[in-house]
Amino acid sequence: MSRTLFLGAILSSLVILAALLSFLWTPFDHTAMNIPEKLQRPGALHWLGTDHFGRDIFSMIMVGARTSLAVALVAVGIGMAIGIPLGLTAAARKGSWLDELIMRGNDLVFAFPSLVIAILITAIFGPGAINAIIAIGIFNIPVFARVTRGAALPLWQREFILAAQVAGKGAARISAEHILPNVANLLIVQGTIQFSLGILAEAGLSYVGLGAQPPTPSWGRMLADAQTMVSLAPHLAIIPGSAIVLTVLGLNLMGDGLRDWLDPKLREGRT
Amino acid sequence: MIRYSLKRLLSLCLSLAVASVVIFSVIEIAPGDPASFMLGINAQPDTVAALRSELGLDQSKLQRYLTWIGGMLSGDFGTSYTYRTPVSEMIADRLWVSLPLALYALALSTLIAFPAGIYAAARRGKPGDMAVMGATQLGVAIPNFWFAMLLVLVFAINLRWFSAGGFAGWEGGLGTGLKSLTLPAIALALPQAAILARVMRSALLDILGEDFMRTARAKGLSRRQALWRHGLRNALIPVLTIIGLQFSFLLAGAIIIEQVFYLPGLGRLVFQAISSRDLIVVESVVMLLVFAVITVNFLVDLAYALVDPRLRSRT
Repeated sequence: MSRTLFLGAILSSLVILAALLSFLWTPFDHTAMNIPEKLQRPGALHWLGTDHFGRDIFSMIMVGARTSLAVALVAVGIGMAIGIPLGLTAAARKGSWLDELIMRGNDLVFAFPSLVIAILITAIFGPGAINAIIAIGIFNIPVFARVTRGAALPLWQREFILAAQVAGKGAARISAEHILPNVANLLIVQGTIQFSLGILAEAGLSYVGLGAQPPTPSWGRMLADAQTMVSLAPHLAIIPGSAIVLTVLGLNLMGDGLRDWLDPKLREGRT
Repeated sequence: MIRYSLKRLLSLCLSLAVASVVIFSVIEIAPGDPASFMLGINAQPDTVAALRSELGLDQSKLQRYLTWIGGMLSGDFGTSYTYRTPVSEMIADRLWVSLPLALYALALSTLIAFPAGIYAAARRGKPGDMAVMGATQLGVAIPNFWFAMLLVLVFAINLRWFSAGGFAGWEGGLGTGLKSLTLPAIALALPQAAILARVMRSALLDILGEDFMRTARAKGLSRRQALWRHGLRNALIPVLTIIGLQFSFLLAGAIIIEQVFYLPGLGRLVFQAISSRDLIVVESVVMLLVFAVITVNFLVDLAYALVDPRLRSRT
């Protein structure tokens, strides 16, 4: 295992552990206000200090990790569940009207940045974490469709696929049994990248008020609340921001490490 | 080249038409009647009906779509439900902030990324390369709005070199306007510069292994001369793609950054419009953003074809 993968896995595991642990334990109740202890700097009692309502920031960060990870994870799931079958179909029917339709559809969805999709969804349903999931998930669909199609196309020229065709297998079965396992590594790496982008997007949407709403804690929301107090208590902005950076950095390093580790050519080069 | 351009132009028009239908349909299913919303809960039904007629809300959906899209093509985006002023005027005022901000950030991002990427590629595997790559790894992980808050903390609150927010306007001169946009542009540019520098390095490293680069070296050019004269032009294709894609991210990113700096741009307009359910403004701003993304991608495709003639025959 490379150092990059190791470091990325450690950072990501810490965040995941903090999120999971928050279901069982947090140092304080993350919603409990304690005005006499407001805006405290990091210390022995409140490890990362308190916010303007006296709430414990460490507890809020732990619970906020749940929101970030859940939104990004489900959004990647939506992207994979719809994008991968579309990409496989487009590759299997290369050059057909179906391939053209799927790819032009992808281009169209690409023209809507996730923030724009979130604005449209919020205009209809109002703000909320679900909207953030849908917005980021929709944006992920063409990403996975393109990556899958791009990786699947050269495979359709390989002998083992021709052998499967001769054996009478249909395009759908070949895609599921032979193409998908061969592009899975690439999709796992892309999944890690989209996961980290999802965390950034969720934070941005929550920051502008289109994502998770109070009392659901979210790192982006914490930054929005900190904005007017940044000169009084800089730790209110520095801590949630650092949590986002470490999580995204960890996932990106893990993605880079996984790409090197899962790519047989790169692995052979090392051994 | 003309045939290629026409084909791409047709695709552009189709994409815009479909996008406009999608946006119109999504806004159509939004709950609530704008006329009732504007007049309040105590309004008489006949007054609401009169306003609905004035706004064209009593027409069929198809008629309304055609009126909307026809109006947009002629520069008439309708009238704001909240402010009762033409939406096109509101957007034009805000574009004077958002567009220069996105372009300023794009320029900064390119100015940072090109030298960093070239430097890293020329020193592959050496400490300089590793330092640049480490910095870019961190750069892509930093949310731009958080970086913006840190910039405010350091350069506006502590050092007092810039104002913490607001826009001085262009009336005071180009320098004053640009100064107001400098911190927001840096915040927007940094993550994009990190991505662009990585693409630039990777594209140059791919080119360095090509036969024509060996030929250039065999002709007697130094590694640096070969890189400048032959490498850069060929590395520009992937870099152009990313610059094109970045423009849409910068425009969308500008919407968020405007919140940090209280800039009166498209972002503030659209968020105010959402909270006051001024859906015609939301619809128009979204259409404008999507138009910008699709058009920039079209221009990037044309630029590809100019840089690499092989791409014209592929489509």
